[in-house]
Amino acid sequence: MSNNVEQTKQEMDQIELLIGKILRVGVAVAGTVMFVGLVAFFITGTSGYSGQNWPTSFHAIFAGLASFKPFAVMMLGLFLLILTPVLRVVVSIFAFAKENDKLYVWITIGVLAILVIAMIIGHQ
Amino acid sequence: MLEQTFIMLVVGVVAGFGGAILGLGGGIIVTPVLTLAFGLDIKYAIGASIIAVIATSSGATIAFLKDDVLNLRVAMFLEIFTTIGALTGAILSGFFNSTFLFFLFGLLLLFQSWNMYRKLKGSEKPLIKAQPDPTAEKLKLNSSFYDVASKQQVDYQVEKIPGGSLIMFGAGLASGLLGIGSGAFKVMAMDSMMKMPLKPSSATSNLMMGVTAAASATVYFFNGSINPMIAVPIALGILGGSTVGSRVMQHLHARTLRMIFVPVLFLIAIQMILKGFGVNV
Repeated sequence: MSNNVEQTKQEMDQIELLIGKILRVGVAVAGTVMFVGLVAFFITGTSGYSGQNWPTSFHAIFAGLASFKPFAVMMLGLFLLILTPVLRVVVSIFAFAKENDKLYVWITIGVLAILVIAMIIGHQ
Repeated sequence: MLEQTFIMLVVGVVAGFGGAILGLGGGIIVTPVLTLAFGLDIKYAIGASIIAVIATSSGATIAFLKDDVLNLRVAMFLEIFTTIGALTGAILSGFFNSTFLFFLFGLLLLFQSWNMYRKLKGSEKPLIKAQPDPTAEKLKLNSSFYDVASKQQVDYQVEKIPGGSLIMFGAGLASGLLGIGSGAFKVMAMDSMMKMPLKPSSATSNLMMGVTAAASATVYFFNGSINPMIAVPIALGILGGSTVGSRVMQHLHARTLRMIFVPVLFLIAIQMILKGFGVNV
């Protein structure tokens, strides 16, 4: 029994390290995109949009990215940042699956489903 | 514009550092600063704040994941309740006016600081051992961690899972409604209700806050409450501040953490309530 507990413990440690690494990449990418957008705004002196406006739909953001509008880049960076915890949930599903912990695979899929529903409700 | 960006960056660094140390989302600092000090519309403050919460959580978790303080199973199980609460809160927030939001924010902080003060006065060793709980066994929520401050391995059990889950739903609701991480409520659910030690509670709360916030952040993102000129510099500042803060937090004692916690929350609470009544301090 204690052997089993010890093994689970080690597996969890490895999983946590893996999640940490993946998360670090996600955060670095989001941070870089936000930083590039902010620098572009100060260099060009324009947000690419009139007045106090910024793009808030996927369509508007991608249209803005195509012509490298600074606010579109910044909004993309913010969205990537919002996705980092979602990424952590996705990775956790695989991590629990690797451990053969079916109960927690389902629990974590449940969490992901709620996040996806939130995104759909938000975007409508 | 450059000056404002620099100020937001500094707000981010302070919020990230303080948020990580106190096990809060950083949002609890950002919203009062933006509304009280800069007079920003509370709806935009909430939008920037929810981004701040995610940045604090992701920044802090990077440091936390290197040791075994946090409890991933507790986090994922309770996350079901917080995300449902957060989504509900974000949708409801559109129906309330600023006065109500200020008032609610203040009351929430006041309750929390009182609760922590009581615990601080109560006893030197706040950790009461949890009773063996079949639900916790079944869900494999019991765990252990290495306490850096006291230099020993601590095994712990958790109990009262339904009660903890209910508080977590409330924490998610407050998070979605007010753009905070509800770290204070999350820590309370784990440490007071479920009898988890404070350090794994704080670390697990830090991880959970990001996921909870993501549920409501998407709603705020698409409805235009997240202003890039405010949210981006704050997020960048926080990513730096929280990484440092979460490392420092490990070396502090539970009592020290609470002693910082209480007066900060109390002062902010009073200010937010006064602001709700239209008084600017």
